[in-house]
Amino acid sequence: MKLDEVKIGGMGASRRRVEDNRFIRGKGNYVDDIVLPGMLHMEILRSPVAHARIKSIDTSAAWDMPGVRLVLTGEMMAARNLAWMPTLSYDTQAVLATDKVRFQGQEVCAVIADDPYIAKDACGKIVVDYEILPPIVNPVQAADANAIQIRDDKAGQVGNKVFDWEIGDKARTDKAFADADVVSKIELHYPRTHPSPMETCGSIADYDRATGKLTVYMTSQAPHIVRAAVAMVAELPEQNIRIVTPDIGGGFGNKVPIYPGYVVAILASILTEKPVKWIEDKTGNLISTGFGRDVYLKGEMALRKDGKILGVRMNTISDHGAFFSDAQPSKFKIGLMHSAFACYDIPTAHMFATGYYTNKAPGGVAYRCSFRVTEAMFFQERMVQAAADDLGMDQAEFRRVNFVKDEQHPHRTAFGFLTDSGQYEKCLDIGLEAINYKNFAAEKAEAAKRGRLLGIGISVMTEPLGAGNSREYDILGIKMFDSAELRIHMSGKALLRTGSRGQGTGHETTWAQIVAHELGIPADDILVEEGDTDTAPFGMGTYASRSTPVAGAAIAMVARKVRAKARKLAAHLLEVSEEDIEWELGRFYVRGNQERGVTIQDCAMAAYSNMPDGMEPGLENVAYYDPPNLTWPFACYIAKVEIDPETGVWDVLQFVAVDDCGVRINPMIVEGQIMGGLTEAYAMANMQYQTYDEEGNIIGGNYMDFLLPTAWETPGFELYEVVTPCPHHPIGAKGVGECATVGGPAAFVNAVMNALTEKGVRNIDMPLMPNRVYEALTTGKDVYGMPPVRSGN
Amino acid sequence: MYPSRFKYESPNTVEEAIKLLDAGKGEAKILAGGQSLVPMLKLRFAFPEQVVDINNIPGLDYIRFDADGTLHIGALVRHEHLEKSLEISKRQPTIAAAAPLVADPIVRTRGTFVGSVCHADPQGDWAATMIALNGSIIVQGPKGKRTIAMKDFVLGPYANSMNYNEIAIEAVIPAPQGVARGGYLKLERRVGDFATASVAVALDMKGDVVVGAGFALAGVGGKTIDANEAASALLGQKLTEATIAKAAAIVAAKAEPRTDHRGSAEYKRHIVETFVKRILVANSTQKVA
Repeated sequence: MKLDEVKIGGMGASRRRVEDNRFIRGKGNYVDDIVLPGMLHMEILRSPVAHARIKSIDTSAAWDMPGVRLVLTGEMMAARNLAWMPTLSYDTQAVLATDKVRFQGQEVCAVIADDPYIAKDACGKIVVDYEILPPIVNPVQAADANAIQIRDDKAGQVGNKVFDWEIGDKARTDKAFADADVVSKIELHYPRTHPSPMETCGSIADYDRATGKLTVYMTSQAPHIVRAAVAMVAELPEQNIRIVTPDIGGGFGNKVPIYPGYVVAILASILTEKPVKWIEDKTGNLISTGFGRDVYLKGEMALRKDGKILGVRMNTISDHGAFFSDAQPSKFKIGLMHSAFACYDIPTAHMFATGYYTNKAPGGVAYRCSFRVTEAMFFQERMVQAAADDLGMDQAEFRRVNFVKDEQHPHRTAFGFLTDSGQYEKCLDIGLEAINYKNFAAEKAEAAKRGRLLGIGISVMTEPLGAGNSREYDILGIKMFDSAELRIHMSGKALLRTGSRGQGTGHETTWAQIVAHELGIPADDILVEEGDTDTAPFGMGTYASRSTPVAGAAIAMVARKVRAKARKLAAHLLEVSEEDIEWELGRFYVRGNQERGVTIQDCAMAAYSNMPDGMEPGLENVAYYDPPNLTWPFACYIAKVEIDPETGVWDVLQFVAVDDCGVRINPMIVEGQIMGGLTEAYAMANMQYQTYDEEGNIIGGNYMDFLLPTAWETPGFELYEVVTPCPHHPIGAKGVGECATVGGPAAFVNAVMNALTEKGVRNIDMPLMPNRVYEALTTGKDVYGMPPVRSGN
Repeated sequence: MYPSRFKYESPNTVEEAIKLLDAGKGEAKILAGGQSLVPMLKLRFAFPEQVVDINNIPGLDYIRFDADGTLHIGALVRHEHLEKSLEISKRQPTIAAAAPLVADPIVRTRGTFVGSVCHADPQGDWAATMIALNGSIIVQGPKGKRTIAMKDFVLGPYANSMNYNEIAIEAVIPAPQGVARGGYLKLERRVGDFATASVAVALDMKGDVVVGAGFALAGVGGKTIDANEAASALLGQKLTEATIAKAAAIVAAKAEPRTDHRGSAEYKRHIVETFVKRILVANSTQKVA
């Protein structure tokens, strides 16, 4: 009898998440749950000021406190060549400050004590004498010729510039602008925000002098990269380093980089010969770990009167904070910003990017986006709306005219990406139908009678997820492939390990579904294990929605390798030649005689008990997968909002999301990802940002200033799907974790702007807080930049 | 959470608690709901030598209406208790409107009405509500009980007129002569955010004539703003477009907002005026029960 794939938890089954069994019982095992015998606790003393020279550090009172085991300073780190560490973008970052502090919240000293209370008390006893220097809090100040240099530690550093970088065809683009009937322009700021996972960063370093083994338990989305980096920084032999990542309480990109705390904890464990635990507090996480965005975007679009886009110019100025520690492929200085406009058929484009150091926290991590595609798609869809408005064209029609048509694929974008599939118009049509676009004018008129302003905003995009291929994508030279190892036990049950690491994203559930799909082994019979570098094969980790595109593909490929060997075992068991064997889900049979067959479980048993002469025993394999291209999921998001013009408060009346992430492994998990992503999109559009006052004090170091939306504010989302299998992925899947965060913000903002068009307002920078909307609609002027910071109450 | 070291006491009577406070010479803090104290301990903004937890003192969690309609709220009444009280929703609309807007649902299960009034946060909803309702606080110290009218209770931001050895044991809200009406509106960026602007309006109505009115504001000044003088625009009158506009203008003029990341001073003042109008208009169109 043929197996029912959904029943065994294969592809397409909305299988309940197996990891939730422990999470909902409070039995998850996070790094702070781990207690080792004799473990000490570390606390970091952070800089209270944004920019200052360190004149002296007096740690004597901290050393004198009972229970304090070690106090580390930058000088002590420097003596061991550990005061600085490399970042993921070929820069350096201070581990503990030696010469200067360069942002508020920077790590200055560390205290290691018997308990966390003592460590925290002792930090309060350290006296640091700072000579205050002028702070630089935005790129304009950083670019000033007379600006103080932040990175005076770097030989050859000129001013505060991190990079100049360009891509595209400048001459051809200039020509397109010269030929244009209409040139549309827009200027935007994508404010700094923070991934803010529920669980902060943290680690336990456990160095065993007797064996020379260093074990680090930590919350990392990329444990193997950490192992490589630790080997490099701490000069320890790689075979003696073991990184264990237990359950992760959310990552969103925040847990890709290596933070100073990890390095300090490792040295502290080596010096004290005890396990040392460091768990960041919430403020520490918000003010010192990888932020997202903080980019000023300027653009121009060359247009023909009939609505055809002739060319695009982009200019980005990004604020990287004190250290350039973007987590992104080495080749691309401003990530995949140039993925903008990939769903539109545009003949030519040019982008110029500049990055600056400022006295702000370092980072630039991909907060739930594949290397700055969030900024790219936000810019794209805001630019498209502005262009449609300038042409006086319907916003949906303008998009339709310019989309890359389905049959144009594979399509080379103006910036050089290759998109392999996409049904953008179909997505748009489903979205327009769902939101009843035809009836919008009538609805708007009805709302006007109630004194309310209605707006509808569209965002359509395709984004590159799942780096690499290895030709173009590497981090610090390490190619961006991934891996899976599958071991079938004699009972037909299986153990699967991958180089990725779930961060609450359901890997333990979905990975088993891929194996079930390929081998017909019920998903419940497959244990998925990740995050231990001593056991898992090498992989580049989980971020940029790359798990399914890369590790997921590796899983399918390793299952196929296992099936190939099982086929030989089946031939042996059925006493026919391999060529006469057919496969159906979970079972081999003899061609022409479907009754005569053996199950995959029979083959597994045979691999341990009845293998043919000359065959290697066992049934297991490993696969490393280097994808031929990125995957290109696409989506259409449409928001309908109503503004109360007396207060500027806007409510989302309806939100429609049409996502195509290829073949869905677990539809329930996909929907959860989309809803979570849309919630984060709504947060950025409506309320969330991190800013600094003119002295470099961070505003947003706590959850009263840095806002996460609750169930109360978050609107409902209607989800629809289109399925276009990825042509090169073994199971036709694409990434999805970030689509909604990437494409969502523009839908909300476009909707509010659409409501304000008749008031002459073209742009309000995010977040669209009620006071900013009210200002725009009463003055008829655009509202740019970050909201003014607290003037002290 | 790693606060500074403190001594923890959990007395079973108000008298014991007062003894502890008295011995503490100002270095002891009362823990009721912990809504504000616990974050301050966590951030080490507060480092009291001693925390006196009054949660084990029985008999302080009452909501009681006297026969004449005077309302008594005990020191351990949680926000959620007020939010869910049918009696409150029927008889005290200003409190009923404010209760679901205090902090967030989780905090409302712990935080207390009286504790919030004592904390005197300029953003606090209950201090504003109490001023609009012309309430008073009964405090008890080593020398016995005394009653402090709300207008004398809040001295400034985070400062009230209690002595260090006194405990606020009850909030008292006087009975209306007619029917208690009113409302509470708050503009916040997100549930649990500090208010951009909050408006408390308490009305005492006989038929459609206003016989008493109170107004107070939160979030738009260095302390809770007493705008009760706007009552002059309504007393003895009906709620009409003209009287409503006049009252709203007086309240808005009393606001002392500052420009910050929640909005400009002008915007906040505008919100105050808009909210006063909205509450009064809603009450003018409602049928009197």
